[in-house]
Amino acid sequence: MKRLLWITGALAALALLQWGCSAILLDGPIRQGPYYYQIMILAGINIVLAVSLNLTNGITGQFSIGHAGFFAVGAYVAASVSYYGGPGIRAATAFLPAVGQDTVVLLLALAAAGLAAALAGLLVGIPSLRLRGDYLAIVTLGFGEIIRVVILNVDAVGGARGFVGIPKLSNFFWVYLLVTACVVTVWNVVRSSYGRAFIAIRENEIAAQAMGIDVTRHKVMAFVIGAVFAGMAGCLFGHYTMYLHTNSFTFVKSFEIIIMVAIGGLGSIEGAVLGAIFLTVLPEAFRGFEGYRMIIYSLALILIMIFRPQGMLGQASLFGKKSKGKRK
Amino acid sequence: MLFSNTMKNRSRIHALRNAAFVAAAAALAVGFSGCNKKDAAASDEILIGHYGSLTGATATFGQSAQKGIEMAVDAINVSGGVLGKKLKVIVEDDQGKPEEAQTVVTKLINKDRVVALLGEIASSNSLAAAPVAQSSRIPMISPGSTNPKVTSVGDYIFRVCFIDPFQGQVMAKFAANTLKVKKVAILRDIKSDYSVGLANFFVEGFKGLGGEILSDESYSQGDKDFTAQLTALKGKNPEAIFVPGYYTEVGLIARQARKLGITVPLLGGDGWDSSKLWEIGGAALNGCFYSNHYSVDDPSPILQKFVADYKARYGKTSDSIPDAMAALGYDATLVLADAMKRAQSSKPDSIRMALAQTKGFMGVTGNTTLDENRNAVKPAVVLEVIVDEKGNGRNKFKESVSP
Repeated sequence: MKRLLWITGALAALALLQWGCSAILLDGPIRQGPYYYQIMILAGINIVLAVSLNLTNGITGQFSIGHAGFFAVGAYVAASVSYYGGPGIRAATAFLPAVGQDTVVLLLALAAAGLAAALAGLLVGIPSLRLRGDYLAIVTLGFGEIIRVVILNVDAVGGARGFVGIPKLSNFFWVYLLVTACVVTVWNVVRSSYGRAFIAIRENEIAAQAMGIDVTRHKVMAFVIGAVFAGMAGCLFGHYTMYLHTNSFTFVKSFEIIIMVAIGGLGSIEGAVLGAIFLTVLPEAFRGFEGYRMIIYSLALILIMIFRPQGMLGQASLFGKKSKGKRK
Repeated sequence: MLFSNTMKNRSRIHALRNAAFVAAAAALAVGFSGCNKKDAAASDEILIGHYGSLTGATATFGQSAQKGIEMAVDAINVSGGVLGKKLKVIVEDDQGKPEEAQTVVTKLINKDRVVALLGEIASSNSLAAAPVAQSSRIPMISPGSTNPKVTSVGDYIFRVCFIDPFQGQVMAKFAANTLKVKKVAILRDIKSDYSVGLANFFVEGFKGLGGEILSDESYSQGDKDFTAQLTALKGKNPEAIFVPGYYTEVGLIARQARKLGITVPLLGGDGWDSSKLWEIGGAALNGCFYSNHYSVDDPSPILQKFVADYKARYGKTSDSIPDAMAALGYDATLVLADAMKRAQSSKPDSIRMALAQTKGFMGVTGNTTLDENRNAVKPAVVLEVIVDEKGNGRNKFKESVSP
């Protein structure tokens, strides 16, 4: 009952924020409003990507560089659902108002994106998570590139031309609903027995195995949960930009997500959130430097890594108890 | 007990330090965003935005276009500007990423309040940004996106280059009227949308001019061996072979064709336009022709002046010969200024109306007319490839083909 109240409250708060944002930023008197709105949306999508990658890289300690691959799978699958299946779904739900039809289409696309990314995660995870360290990194990197090249050759999703004509269904409400869902899920997983197993695997795989933890199974689990959220983030990304091109999903994107996690603090959920916001806002804030923008941006990252090698938050938590992994 | 207490204290101090660090970082970011340039437009300036890939994998596209745009803006401002005001270009980098292109266009339109947009070269980035320009009702001119879908986004999206299908017709005209050949064979890249489209339009155009297509073979991007297809083509004795692919495969095809004793010219499109073509194909390419946006050898005085000015301005750097992107960027800016003059207004809607009526505008890349689909109807140039034994090549201007 209490939980239901919480959920209703969160939904209402998000809806209110959505209304406020579109009233103030999109139609309001602030001239750069739509620009800020766009940055907020991209920041939200990056938060989901960083928090979900943090589950694999930071909490379970498995260095994956294929996150952009799951992001791409989700984006393209969801876009195909609403592009090819959209008219049919709308016809079947014609009794609903337009907003209701949009919601049904988007929810189905989200589900498809999550499912497809989970399958992809399982497919890559089962063979590759038996590997460690560098080997795992190489396999996941390869996976991300394979996904991208496969998409390039599928004509139904635009191939090298890019996917045009995706309906604009996602907005502040949906993106931050996913952010909330992702953070709450990861937060709860980390504080469950599974989470303790993940941390045990990170700290010492052999010791964890000796304690009776099924190492591969737990690694795959962390990997798949991360993939699902990355796929859903892809869905909202495609339905916001209305256009998808494989250039958005190169391995450089994977590295960006890793940097967000590392800058925020490997293993800290708040750190990943902060890192994602920081890395989305920073390049935009530096636009005043024009040609030197990316140099200053890189310099800022280097400085942070020199003075805060453990990331902005380290493994610490801003709220409540510290992450359990810190105890030695 | 005591021990755990000190632990707790230490961790509290740690958390405090963390919080302080975060606060400082946030303040830094906000501070930087605050010191952006003043965004209020002076009333004696007309602001236009250029978004392009100034960094990233396709950085030369954006940088070349920006050079062309800078030159055009300076030329316009020196001769009195537009409507008594000076033009000012605000340039933003999109790193060659589609979503970044969308973000910077949102910024240029809403924060800087530009009245028109120039960009992008890569069709994928133009396609990402075009819906924003269209829904904000700001006219956008792409200097070099040849994908037909770009301008079909809406009636505020224009381009000053020809589209892919047109090139096929150009080469058909060239083959039939200049080379005076009657029988041609096709060798197309079936993996590339561009190549397949180009081949189809060539076939259509060539048949319309009374020519005959002897055979139609295909390959896939990435192939290395083309002897099977070439042997099949050789048996039919074509007078020319149309190969609308990208330079890597085309270079190999040329070499293998000559080895098999095929001496007829190969024909192609702007996918050939790279110095890599000469390296790969070498002397086998002599006597082959392809269509392109412009040529530095074109004797037209307006173009020769542009090339000389470009060399004078950017001659200190190695890329002192303007490429097609620079020339198209230059023309896009002039077409925009011309539209403002004709509209006698710098309001986005008036500019759009005037742009749609652009007719016979003389630019560096030829005579530009925008059709009802907002695509440029303009001549393409046909270039002859000349390569010496060492692999040093150049393109010789052959002729200019009007639609």
